[in-house]
Amino acid sequence: MLYREAGQFKTSYAADQQLFPIRQDRMGILILLAVVFLVIPGVASEYWFSAILIPFLIFSLAALGLNILTGYAGQLSLGSAAFMAVGAYAAYNFQLRIDGIPILVSFVCAGLTAAGVGILFGLPSLWIKGFYLAVATLAAQFFIVWCLTKFPWFSNHSSSGVISAQQLIIFGYEFASPQEKYLLVLSIVVVMALAAKNMVRSSTGRAWMAVRDMDVAASVIGIRLMPTKLLAFAVSSFYCGVAGALYAFCYLGSVEPDGFSLDMSFRILFMIIIGGVGSILGSFLGAAFILLLPIFLDIALPWAAGLLGLPFSNATVSHIQVLIFGALIMFFLIVEPHGLARLWQITKEKLRLWPFPH
Amino acid sequence: MSKYRKSALTAAVSIALLSQGAFAAEEQFFPIVSYRIGPYGANGQSFFGGFVDYLNYVNLKENGINGVKITWEECETEYNNAKGIECYERMKDKAKLSTGPIHPMSTGISYALIDKTAADKIPMAMVGYGRTDAVDGSVFPYAFPLVTTYQMQASAIIRFIKEKEKGSLEGKKIVFLYHDSAYGKEPIVALQEEAKLNKFELTLIPVAHPGNEQGAQWLKIRQEKPDYVIFWGWGVMNQTAIKAAQKVGFPRDRMIGSWWAGSEEDTVPAGDAAKGYMSATWNVAGKDVPLIADIEKVVYGAGKGNLGDTSKIGTILYNRGVSAAVLSVEAIRKAQEKYGEGKAMSGEQVRWGLENLNITDARLKEIGATNLLPEIKTSCDNHEGSGKIKIQQWDGEKWVVVSDWIEGNKTLIHPLFKISAQQYAKEKGITPRDCAKEM
Repeated sequence: MLYREAGQFKTSYAADQQLFPIRQDRMGILILLAVVFLVIPGVASEYWFSAILIPFLIFSLAALGLNILTGYAGQLSLGSAAFMAVGAYAAYNFQLRIDGIPILVSFVCAGLTAAGVGILFGLPSLWIKGFYLAVATLAAQFFIVWCLTKFPWFSNHSSSGVISAQQLIIFGYEFASPQEKYLLVLSIVVVMALAAKNMVRSSTGRAWMAVRDMDVAASVIGIRLMPTKLLAFAVSSFYCGVAGALYAFCYLGSVEPDGFSLDMSFRILFMIIIGGVGSILGSFLGAAFILLLPIFLDIALPWAAGLLGLPFSNATVSHIQVLIFGALIMFFLIVEPHGLARLWQITKEKLRLWPFPH
Repeated sequence: MSKYRKSALTAAVSIALLSQGAFAAEEQFFPIVSYRIGPYGANGQSFFGGFVDYLNYVNLKENGINGVKITWEECETEYNNAKGIECYERMKDKAKLSTGPIHPMSTGISYALIDKTAADKIPMAMVGYGRTDAVDGSVFPYAFPLVTTYQMQASAIIRFIKEKEKGSLEGKKIVFLYHDSAYGKEPIVALQEEAKLNKFELTLIPVAHPGNEQGAQWLKIRQEKPDYVIFWGWGVMNQTAIKAAQKVGFPRDRMIGSWWAGSEEDTVPAGDAAKGYMSATWNVAGKDVPLIADIEKVVYGAGKGNLGDTSKIGTILYNRGVSAAVLSVEAIRKAQEKYGEGKAMSGEQVRWGLENLNITDARLKEIGATNLLPEIKTSCDNHEGSGKIKIQQWDGEKWVVVSDWIEGNKTLIHPLFKISAQQYAKEKGITPRDCAKEM
């Protein structure tokens, strides 16, 4: 009933082609945006901002970047964390070495730097595919981290290789509190997510999907493989780079190359696998699942153990948490191999017919 | 009548409120960000086991710190920076009322928390790791790299070698074999300064993480024929290096590791090869320290021990956890001297306590920790407080201390911290405190 589109007639091409063609979706998105921009900053605690919301948004952005490359263009990559590292170190160096450069410009430049590096490591994708490409991007993961550790110039000759992010000042206003940082991250993520949503339904996105589904067929119908694949690498790395810059400037405050480990790349990959490969929404759902569920279990388990009177030590609770988390991942992958986004899609289809499914 | 009743009621209420207030104030909370699982879980179990055991010990033995019961909450970080921040944020609100120093036991987490703790006025102690230029307390009021730092440790090792070589290192060759990470690179600058000063030849050889293959590095060491190898290893890299040294025939008693390369976990797997191997340490191992023996008796006797595996009591990392807890409790004691005995101390007050620590050998003897850790005296411009280490040697079965406390070259190393801290202050827009006014 709530979700019926009966009576919504489209009378122009613009109406037919808009981002969210169903009125309820548009309302939903507007309400969601109003809540995250207006309500949450007023009610959430500092813990929510700095431990949950900010990392969730940043990882969503990184997952979105990887999803563009893997989900839409079909190129498997294990180097997302490395591209984030490029973004973080690039933003730091732009701030450091160019006097008076606005921070947002550094973020964009950081994204562009990451895009450049991404293109470089995307070159092998012209010759190799699938798992072999994943191994080639693995090289990016190790090379970039090694490079940032090896050459002290990148960390401004800090003896430990750790960089501390500079202050966040935009138009003379300093973003210092977690709440302000949240709003900054949120704005950037919303803009970039909308851009991605638009991009994947443009001719660029369609070309990516054609290449993903069958690159020979794509080249036969006139899609030039090289620019398409490299563009996917560039855009994906741009997103990861910006996410990395935000990770350093708005979340941790100081980062070291080793922090951007293969482990982190895998986490981002799991996010899109669980959230839904080839879905913008899936990137957010996956990030929420991978990041928030362990925290939730961490808080809920000791409480549940206390309720049942079980004498669990801290270490036991942590072990159980890992077990349950792993089991849940398997459960979701078995129930819905296409990810959480697909579950949402099915719900939506059911809702459209409800309460009279034929 | 009603007037009397009213006043009686008020009195009763105010007494109830007062006692409640007093009750609430009598607890000193410790936020503990620990790791007991994950890649370094085994290390964490020993360290945090020792830490919690000592807090329990103070509660059982002395009924808390001057009557203030210690309470704590643990949060598992798995040695992961993001989880460390989450844990910190979760416990922060509680820690704003009263808090012991936070010991992240992870350089990554301590770097991530350095700005946050300063903003929230919660002191952080990084005993033997973490951001070393925080020695300069004028820029880092809330961060305390207590006891000693990597740079001072490297300098102390050089001094130990120098004494062994009868006072001169001129023309000697020293190889620095290190884990190619923030941790391994930190002492380089100190060693380079020492090389200039003492005119020895320094060769730097990095080992990539995790370091379970060091054939090339040791081949190079064989070609170089150094007099000593100073070794900054971590995890599996340590035993590999010790075995590789045996293979190329480099004498193990000319190989000196950092304190992360000097625990039972490093030498036992290397077997015979480890015999004679030396490492630095800022606390001693063993149960013959009276405090450790007493903890085993009191805490484990009462069935409140934190370790499942009691064989870890007295290991180097367990004793390190106890030492870290001793430092924290002593800082709170010091703060109580100034801000009121028998009261719970806030983060700001504990910060003052950490900055004015003066733990003498006499005091260490009082608590039964003679020689467990060096004397410590901190101040605003010296958050390190000691800079002393001992050298221990593996005799095939246990660690034997082979030196007295050795202090690194403070006049050489501390100015390096100062420069680095100034640079940090400039990048972050911090105006350093004037330490002359803090006395």
